[in-house]
Amino acid sequence: MTTATAPPGRAGRTAGPARRGPRAGARGTRGEQVAGYAFISPFFLVFAVFGLFPLLFTFWVSLHDWDLLGTRSWVGLGNYSALLEDEDFWNALVNTLGIFVLSTVPQLLVALALAQLLNQRLRARTLWRMGVLLPNITSIAAVGIIFTLLFARDFGLVNWLLGHVGVDPITWQEHRWSSWLAISTMVDWRWTGYNALIFLAALQAVPRELYEAAQIDGASAVSQFRHITVPMLRPTIVFATLVATIGGIQLFTEPLLFNSGANAITGGTTRQFQTLTMYLYEQAFTGQEFGYASTVAWMMFLVILVVAVANALLLRRLRGVG
Amino acid sequence: MTAQLERVEPAVVRRPEAPAPARPRRRLGVSPTVVVLALVTVVSAFPLYFMVVMASRPNGDITSVPPPLTPGGDLWTNLDRVLSNADVGFGRAVVNSLLVSGVATVCVVLFSCLAGFAFAKLRFVGRQPLLGFVLLTMMVPVQLGLIPLYMLMTKLHLVGTLPAVTLPFVVSGFGVFLMRQFVVQAVPDELLEAARLDGASILQTFWYVVLPVLRPAAAVLALLTFMERWNDFLWPYLVLDLDHPTVQTALSRLAGGYYTDQALVMAGTLLGVLPLLVVFLLFGRQIVGGIMEGGIKS
Repeated sequence: MTTATAPPGRAGRTAGPARRGPRAGARGTRGEQVAGYAFISPFFLVFAVFGLFPLLFTFWVSLHDWDLLGTRSWVGLGNYSALLEDEDFWNALVNTLGIFVLSTVPQLLVALALAQLLNQRLRARTLWRMGVLLPNITSIAAVGIIFTLLFARDFGLVNWLLGHVGVDPITWQEHRWSSWLAISTMVDWRWTGYNALIFLAALQAVPRELYEAAQIDGASAVSQFRHITVPMLRPTIVFATLVATIGGIQLFTEPLLFNSGANAITGGTTRQFQTLTMYLYEQAFTGQEFGYASTVAWMMFLVILVVAVANALLLRRLRGVG
Repeated sequence: MTAQLERVEPAVVRRPEAPAPARPRRRLGVSPTVVVLALVTVVSAFPLYFMVVMASRPNGDITSVPPPLTPGGDLWTNLDRVLSNADVGFGRAVVNSLLVSGVATVCVVLFSCLAGFAFAKLRFVGRQPLLGFVLLTMMVPVQLGLIPLYMLMTKLHLVGTLPAVTLPFVVSGFGVFLMRQFVVQAVPDELLEAARLDGASILQTFWYVVLPVLRPAAAVLALLTFMERWNDFLWPYLVLDLDHPTVQTALSRLAGGYYTDQALVMAGTLLGVLPLLVVFLLFGRQIVGGIMEGGIKS
């Protein structure tokens, strides 16, 4: 791309000799300029209308009392101060963060280890990779339905297995900790293999000499993992954590389907597993409070930012320790 | 062997596989790596297997203790019950999902090829910052804008209809980026120069010269996009009405407490997962390659 070879111009049009110097790479012909913008415009137009505009407009809506029919009145930051004193909001925030930590930490750790295994010399490499990716192609709705059956109180497989080690049947939906655990299990099941493949891709770019040298020095697998794999994969770990954060803070489908019944959106009788997106949905489409729900959306945006920055800082520190 | 395979079937991932640290192979028995991976695969597959078991048994069996672990003989009966249940409208949901996912996939692939080609090969002012913006869109939780999006769909009179779940997803930042990376490595400048000298316009060059080269990567993007759209839940659940279900919203309705017939619910879930399972079995190699390619560059 940085060579002097000229890219295509429009038919019959030759670029002026002045443009043909060694700096020709800086600017294209007029035809190229036009075609360039024309070719990228569908992406930018659609994204502007259906992605960016709604996101920004959410802030405007959050400054109003705004109902389903569009009737609105300006309240300034009133929704925000109301939200800060809203117990249900804090409850949803705690649930979301709790489930997020419970699901993301083991998920990424196991994925790293799994990537290490998949990077070994293996027969039928593609088959093993497909094996770990299988859960990820299962729709979230299907995951929610299947696992809710596995976690059923009286005849679920999980309680039956736990019964063998003397644990009494658990009503998984009933308690905060147990519902968090069950929902995290669904998230982990669906995403661990996906992340393992992301890590595997990065692992393949790590020079094998590093491992060979470590082996000659007699380093154990665990210490190779700690001192080569983790440091070399740090950018990918940051990326995977960020993606997991964005997804985790917006968790919705698994907890929704975990609580089949009339009030699925409240996440249990005492909101023990209602997440932020569920609360947003409840405010907007059950309570018809578009303004207040938009406030929840912006707070979620803030939470994602804070968690993402905290993650990045934490991972930067890790390097110092390792 | 790898080289041969790649010639026959140019996958997106072309980088040579970095082999594992050399380690003396065990001659006897199975390596611990394989044992662990086999266990992981069992954990991966079990919930799906369990779904098939439950979908193939009479409803009464679902509540038996211990839970049944082998398939029964009622699979066809249960599938038939789902498909013939007019209230659930599962057949219509499948058609809707195919339509929505299909249209979105074709658009995403076309627009991504166009933009990917432009970002890789055409020189225009602001190219780098605009590409940076595309990358940023992959990191923005656009889902948080769903209230104004709903208001917008109300204004456009699209609430409840299929275009409402299609239009916002006809482009993808990930797709643009994936195709751009592929054009950079797979389309030599000489090829474009030759087309230009033959008098081809940029559009003609794109259509007749570039697009055929992009086919393998476009296929991968199509697979990933189709799966993502097929599995989408929150927005369709919010904006579609009962007369326009997708497979996922039909599933949630099926499981949403209106029915206590778990065999029916599991048969429906199986039907919803099946198309993607088939796609995955046929194109697993390409899908794995696409996900790994998408992750490494980001």
